[in-house]
Amino acid sequence: MGPELRSWREPHRLVLIGVAVAIIAFAAINMRWDWLPRYSGRLVEGVGTTLWLLFLTSVLGFLLAVPLGLAQAAGPVWLAAPARAFCTVIRGTPLLLQLWLLYYGLGSLFAEYPEIRDSWAWPYLRSAWPYGVLALTLSFAGYEGEVMRGAFAGVPKGELEAGRAYGMSPWTSFRRIWLPRAIHRALPTLAGETVLQLKATPLVATITVVDVYAIISRVRQDTYLTYEPLLLLALIYMILTGILVVAFRWLEAKVPVKG
Amino acid sequence: MFDWFTGLAAWELLALEPPGWGGVLLRGFAASIQIAIGGYLLGFLIGVCGATGKLYGGPILRDVLDVYTTLVRAVPELVLILLLYYAGTDLLNRFMAMIGAGPVDISGLAAGIFVIGVVQGAYQTEVLRGAFKAVPHGQIEAARAYGMSSFQVLRRVTLPGMLPHAVPGLANLWLIATKDTALLAVVGFSELTLVTRQAAGATKSYFLFFCAAGVLYLLLTLFSNVIIGWIERYARRGMPAVR
Repeated sequence: MGPELRSWREPHRLVLIGVAVAIIAFAAINMRWDWLPRYSGRLVEGVGTTLWLLFLTSVLGFLLAVPLGLAQAAGPVWLAAPARAFCTVIRGTPLLLQLWLLYYGLGSLFAEYPEIRDSWAWPYLRSAWPYGVLALTLSFAGYEGEVMRGAFAGVPKGELEAGRAYGMSPWTSFRRIWLPRAIHRALPTLAGETVLQLKATPLVATITVVDVYAIISRVRQDTYLTYEPLLLLALIYMILTGILVVAFRWLEAKVPVKG
Repeated sequence: MFDWFTGLAAWELLALEPPGWGGVLLRGFAASIQIAIGGYLLGFLIGVCGATGKLYGGPILRDVLDVYTTLVRAVPELVLILLLYYAGTDLLNRFMAMIGAGPVDISGLAAGIFVIGVVQGAYQTEVLRGAFKAVPHGQIEAARAYGMSSFQVLRRVTLPGMLPHAVPGLANLWLIATKDTALLAVVGFSELTLVTRQAAGATKSYFLFFCAAGVLYLLLTLFSNVIIGWIERYARRGMPAVR
């Protein structure tokens, strides 16, 4: 990355940058952007929803991935087999299908029970976002659970034995050695996994959750424009991805590599 | 009380003949597989060209390819599919108008293959480039020193050498391609996920149909895994076993 950043002043790069600026200027002048001020507030809200979804489901998914990975790496068969089956099913079917199964399937199932319809949870179960959060969380857990399995299995046995030799109980050695070392090993994959999760969030717009993708779809319906809103959307996701990548690079620099 | 369970067990809805929706589902599944295969092969073609360009191309070509792979990998597939779907059909129709032919009706199949192919191409470029760089340079030099032509070097040294490094990444991308076809449901292409939703909506047995489609996708994944295992064992022959 270093040499590429330093060499942006090479002549051919200057030409390419000029071409890019020309394309952007052409798009800014010749395309229609008059809708932008009208929707800017809602767009910011949509980005907020997208980021909130990303944060919530990544954290919840990771919390679920730890037991999933542990069960597969060290659990008894009756724990390891269901955990492996869960990861296989999540990773083997499209997220869109999982999302629609939960939203339409569970949604229509809940609606049949008066007990549920009359309960305090109904306003939540009737809205779309709990299903979106659930599907994205399970998806993240399925993919990251597989990573955590490898991470748990890859912690050198000697370190765990050293913990036992110090007289640590199994729980203490798990808390002090096994888990931190496994998370440390899984950290590099976390950046890529989180970017994938960001790119999965627009799917929730298909079940009427109003994220930034849904706002852009709304703009397209209202203005009959095809390209402008989609290009802006692509730009927004590119910026979000860039921020994520930089943030994770910073995080990884904070954590010592050799542990 | 357990009417959802009877709903789940209304197996006659999965019958192949018209009152049942099994035939529709299987046709959607076939369309999904067709798009996945076509898109994957197109992506492989783009990947080979892209990796070659990134390794041997001039500075401008390399930068342009960097922009392509970075853009595709930073934008959600759903957004790319919409953009490429509209832009691709639009550009083709303009091109046809320019050469004086009438507008063509692009089949959903071709559009789907094109879209999946462009997305896959970016990822495969990176996988193939990484695999090529994993071949020790000394081996290529040794082959040249033996007087092999560049085609012989490619066939005898480079390709067999990069295969074990390329297969895991390429296999992963194949599995992603099969699942990405589901996103074409959003642009209204009748692949498995969309016909499943239509069948579920028409019959109101959501669980039955979405689970049936899930089983089909899962079978495809598991079947692919068996084949991938064979290819991997072939590619890694003579190498020490992993772990």
